Amino acid sequence: MSAVEVAVAGVAAVPAHRPPLVSTRLLRSELGMVFRRRRNQVILLVLAAIPVVIGIAVNASAPDGDSSEGPPFLYSIATNGVFVALTSLSVVLPLFFPLAVSVVTGDAVAGEASLGTLRYLLVVPVSRTRLLAVKYAGALAYLLAAALLVGAVGVGIGVLLFPVGPVTLLSGTQVSLGGGLVRVLLVALYVAAMMAAVAAIGLFVSTLTESPIAATASTVVLAITSQVLDTVPQLDWLHPWLFSHYWLDYGDLLRDPMNTAGLTDNLLVTAAYVLVFGSLAWARMTTKDVSS
Amino acid sequence: MVSTAGTQTLSPPVPAVPADPAGAAVTTAGLAKRFRGGQLAVAGIDLHVPYGSVYGFLGPNGSGKTTTIRMLLGLVSPTAGSHTLLGRPMPSAAAEVLPRVGALVEGPAFHPHLSGRANLARMDAADRIADPATASRRIDAALDRVGLTAAARKRYRAYSLGMRQRLGIAAALLQPRELLVLDEPTNGLDPQGTREVRTLVQGLAADGVTVLLSSHLLSEVDQVCTHVGVMHVGRLVAQGTLDELRGTQQARVSVETADPAAAVRCLTALGLATVHAEGRHVSAGAGNREPEAVLAALVRAGVPVRQFTVDAPGLEDVFVALTGEGFDVSG
Repeated sequence: MSAVEVAVAGVAAVPAHRPPLVSTRLLRSELGMVFRRRRNQVILLVLAAIPVVIGIAVNASAPDGDSSEGPPFLYSIATNGVFVALTSLSVVLPLFFPLAVSVVTGDAVAGEASLGTLRYLLVVPVSRTRLLAVKYAGALAYLLAAALLVGAVGVGIGVLLFPVGPVTLLSGTQVSLGGGLVRVLLVALYVAAMMAAVAAIGLFVSTLTESPIAATASTVVLAITSQVLDTVPQLDWLHPWLFSHYWLDYGDLLRDPMNTAGLTDNLLVTAAYVLVFGSLAWARMTTKDVSS
Repeated sequence: MVSTAGTQTLSPPVPAVPADPAGAAVTTAGLAKRFRGGQLAVAGIDLHVPYGSVYGFLGPNGSGKTTTIRMLLGLVSPTAGSHTLLGRPMPSAAAEVLPRVGALVEGPAFHPHLSGRANLARMDAADRIADPATASRRIDAALDRVGLTAAARKRYRAYSLGMRQRLGIAAALLQPRELLVLDEPTNGLDPQGTREVRTLVQGLAADGVTVLLSSHLLSEVDQVCTHVGVMHVGRLVAQGTLDELRGTQQARVSVETADPAAAVRCLTALGLATVHAEGRHVSAGAGNREPEAVLAALVRAGVPVRQFTVDAPGLEDVFVALTGEGFDVSG
């Protein structure tokens, strides 16, 4: 046996299979865990029920009276079913979406820690950075699915119960039905992007505790607090820095032409939140003692 | 055979060959952990687990065994000291070393809503260097090895404690390993399961796998281990081969007789220490006297000897001598 072979034998036990540079197996496993989890499925089901409820309610008695009351676009539904999707997205945005996201992120690290599976993942080994990235990707996939689901079910119910046709935008211009559906898709994506900040905050909180419930509750409380602060006029100076400040600002997507400058600013603030809380989560995750 | 770098991937997996035969599979130097509360859980220990050994890591609950194991595997960062696994420094070489290490740390932990098999699949998916093409086969083999094949599709939630423990061992055996770190592997197992784990460990050791086996059960360590380290209140109070450790304690002689008083007089006259009489049985530490000489003296003194035995020191005697405590202490 040559010296080279001896050296090779020294690092044997590494399987004959040559590992790929990037493996997506853990990510796929994580997506399976998130989407096959009964609880997460129920949450998606509840979210999907909201457009149905709104559609049926409006269909049963077309709203009249002061159109400044109720959620946005409620009064446009009777004339165009597409608006069921937009109304539903606005309704789920302040509470249901943050809650759905917090449930998934709360489970992400704290859940694994409380079960004890975190230590076994790390010993496999999965690098802590990689685990965090996979967990964030799983949460993003879930909230994207949730936003698209609400939009899709909204459009479906709208088509079923109401007349549909060319969509009149906020700017007063009319686009074709196809153009309107593209706008609904963009709004769903915008909502998902806003929730990405909540997911980053949630992930950070999740690295702080071994209790998934505590992580979920804390994240929801933060999301609500941000919205409450946003309604206090004395805190005017703070409002542009709140992560919830831009959630309902997707009106710019519903004008012709779209106001992309304002949207870019909103997305930048969200990206800053993702960056800051992502870094905090990383700093905590890569240094913490796993003693659960 | 032409030796090129390319043959590396073609050659069959070679069983664990020490990279550095003079070194050890696990070494620590002054490894210590003080928790944030100020509690010193591990007070600077120097472990030495030779390649190919079955190392019994003994100590009562709360003596710092599990914290040490967590530090070895990079789960908890030491506050002082350093350590190596398979000759490589940790935690810097964790990505390279840990795939060659199988571990069971402080009991099994799996997702309760998944089946045993799905849980193993999840673990395997997390392993970047595991070959997905062989995953199914390896998972089945691991389940078979711990006798869980029949329960593979049951949810983990429905597993008994013993089945959970077996699944944890199966997870450690998903890949060929050079080092196995098993923390209390027989916890919750019935006597039959305990025997099976013992056989499994012996089989693995025969294949050249180094095993670090932590336990608070002396008999378990006594039966399978070649080396022993004893932890007590965060310190490694003894370490060596099983025989070396036993050698620190003297054998005891005991005699069954119809005249215990005479036996006590005789043994005391011989200068033996710790003479105990209990009914018809009298025992004493043999000290540096040959047991044969003791028996001859008894007979000469007219003591009617019915039975004479020599008890090699058990690990329990060693442990009690080292720690001054019984073994069930939780500290």
